[in-house]
Amino acid sequence: MIQLTGIEKVYRTDRIETVALTGINMTVGEGELISIMGPSGCGKSTLLNLIGLLDAPSSGEIALGGETVGTYGDRALAKLRNREIGFVFQTFHLIPDLTVRDNVEIPLLYRRESGAARRKAAEAALERVGLSSRMHHFPGQLSGGQQQRVAIARAIVGRPRVLLADEPTGNLDSQMGDEVMALLKDLQRHDRTTVVMVTHDPRQAEQTERIVRLFDGRMVA
Amino acid sequence: MIKSYLLLAWKVLLRRKFFTFISLFGISFTLVVLMLATSLLDHVFAGYPPETKHASTVNIAYAMLKGEHSRRNGFAGFALLDKYARGLPNVEMMTVVSMPSGAYSYLNGQRIKSFMKRTDGNFWRILDFQFIEGGPFSETDVKDHRMVAVINQSTRQRFFGGQPARGKSLEVDGQRFTVVGVVPDVPILRLVPFGDIWVPHTTAKSDSYTKDLVGDFMGVLLLKDPSKIALTRDEFWSRLKTVPMPDPMFTSIESTPETLFDTIGRMFIGDGTGVGTGYGDKLKLALAIAAALFMLLPAVNLINLNTSRILERASEIGVRKAFGASSWTLVGQFIVENLVLTLVGAAVGFVLAGWLLGLLNGSGLIEYADLRLNYRIFFWGALLAVGFGLLSGVYPAWRMSRLHPVQALKGTAR
Repeated sequence: MIQLTGIEKVYRTDRIETVALTGINMTVGEGELISIMGPSGCGKSTLLNLIGLLDAPSSGEIALGGETVGTYGDRALAKLRNREIGFVFQTFHLIPDLTVRDNVEIPLLYRRESGAARRKAAEAALERVGLSSRMHHFPGQLSGGQQQRVAIARAIVGRPRVLLADEPTGNLDSQMGDEVMALLKDLQRHDRTTVVMVTHDPRQAEQTERIVRLFDGRMVA
Repeated sequence: MIKSYLLLAWKVLLRRKFFTFISLFGISFTLVVLMLATSLLDHVFAGYPPETKHASTVNIAYAMLKGEHSRRNGFAGFALLDKYARGLPNVEMMTVVSMPSGAYSYLNGQRIKSFMKRTDGNFWRILDFQFIEGGPFSETDVKDHRMVAVINQSTRQRFFGGQPARGKSLEVDGQRFTVVGVVPDVPILRLVPFGDIWVPHTTAKSDSYTKDLVGDFMGVLLLKDPSKIALTRDEFWSRLKTVPMPDPMFTSIESTPETLFDTIGRMFIGDGTGVGTGYGDKLKLALAIAAALFMLLPAVNLINLNTSRILERASEIGVRKAFGASSWTLVGQFIVENLVLTLVGAAVGFVLAGWLLGLLNGSGLIEYADLRLNYRIFFWGALLAVGFGLLSGVYPAWRMSRLHPVQALKGTAR
């Protein structure tokens, strides 16, 4: 499903060159649930951003669902992200002025679907995460765990094949964190969604099928 | 999608009320000034009654006597118009009318000032006054030097308490006239039809005006075919070469038939001659540039304001990009938001402009003012607002759309 070959990411300013990732070769199979672990600053989020096509590698190749994306422009990448990838962020990143349902609809706005179709899909996604009763609330009226579940609903509303979660339980207590993990595992099991998760929590990493460890921008055993 | 953008635009407006107020104030103030200016220009130059034949008329308003070291300029003199402008090709009819001059009457111990014009019978045929009472004086009345007058509604009110005035006597500047007709008031800004009292020019106390080449008259020419004005103009210029000079210090006279707009243009941006054409177009260009510059300052402020809010929206931009919004899609979204803001500002500006025009009409600052916002003003105001919205929205929208999604999600705007 996801293939990274010879990936290197270097950040350059006028004075400093920082190698964030080097020599990354990695494959994630369809329907796999994997976690990425490592100390702070080791390149976990950078790796996730590259997989999610939010950033481009300095060298190397990324293939998603068999498509090599190296030559894709902004528009093509946006389309691919919209179609294939869902994101869950540590700080939720819900838009405070929009209702829960409007937030969940966002990915579908860029597919030119009708209003009725978007609403129906958003309501189905909220039903899936158990928040149908809150669809007309605003994010500020929800708990952290509920907000993260809304973010998951947003991530899956377009039925992407890949779900990328950057420390999805980082801002939650352990009980809420367990609820979120249960959701992610449910998605992987029932929808065959490929889930790649960055986490600091070894308890949660152990619930995944494979752990990819990074240290100083390199994969380690 | 548009509905979603509009909904979000409305919510963004409500989110930061102070910024929204500042933005709306700038937009509505700018548009109020521009709409007031447009209304004034419309008031002066548009073809409102009685100037219904406005599109087919030109004026000979300006004249200049030139010598090697001397120059005398002003409005056209009666002699210039009467002897050299009559019978020009492509002219259906011509009237000669004086500039409004202050004329005094005494009524019940009070001095009353009126604006009086001296003209001929054709004045009432070229201009479509809807008489409230009676009718105009004729060419025969003019030839016979009859002491008759047409007055406007306000003059009827002042002199006769609003009662019917036809057949009644009116004393002005020591002369007694009989009222033959009453017409509605015309605002003072409408140079050609404005007046309080009109009398035949032959009733002037002295006939010295009949010898003036430069004086205080204007010729209004009703053209058969406005597109052939060059014919009329060329013949007039050719006749001017034959005019004998009233004084050895002058060697030539310059004047030209043109629209009022051209005359005003000549006054402000002319080359100091009585000839040449196209000053109206140059004036239009100058006004357009002035309007654009006037809009530029608040537009630049709005650009700064919008751009400074990028950081606030960085996270949202990152999320939208992550979920498939291309840069162009985001530009479209932000421009819609800015357009909503400017259209709300335009609506506020329109209401304020209407209120201010009402105040101006009632203030007496402009005699018989009838400034109003009509569909034409509204159209130009809306167009200005849309232009304003695009002008002030494109750059911030472009900046916002260029944010790198990773940086945006971190909440930094680079």
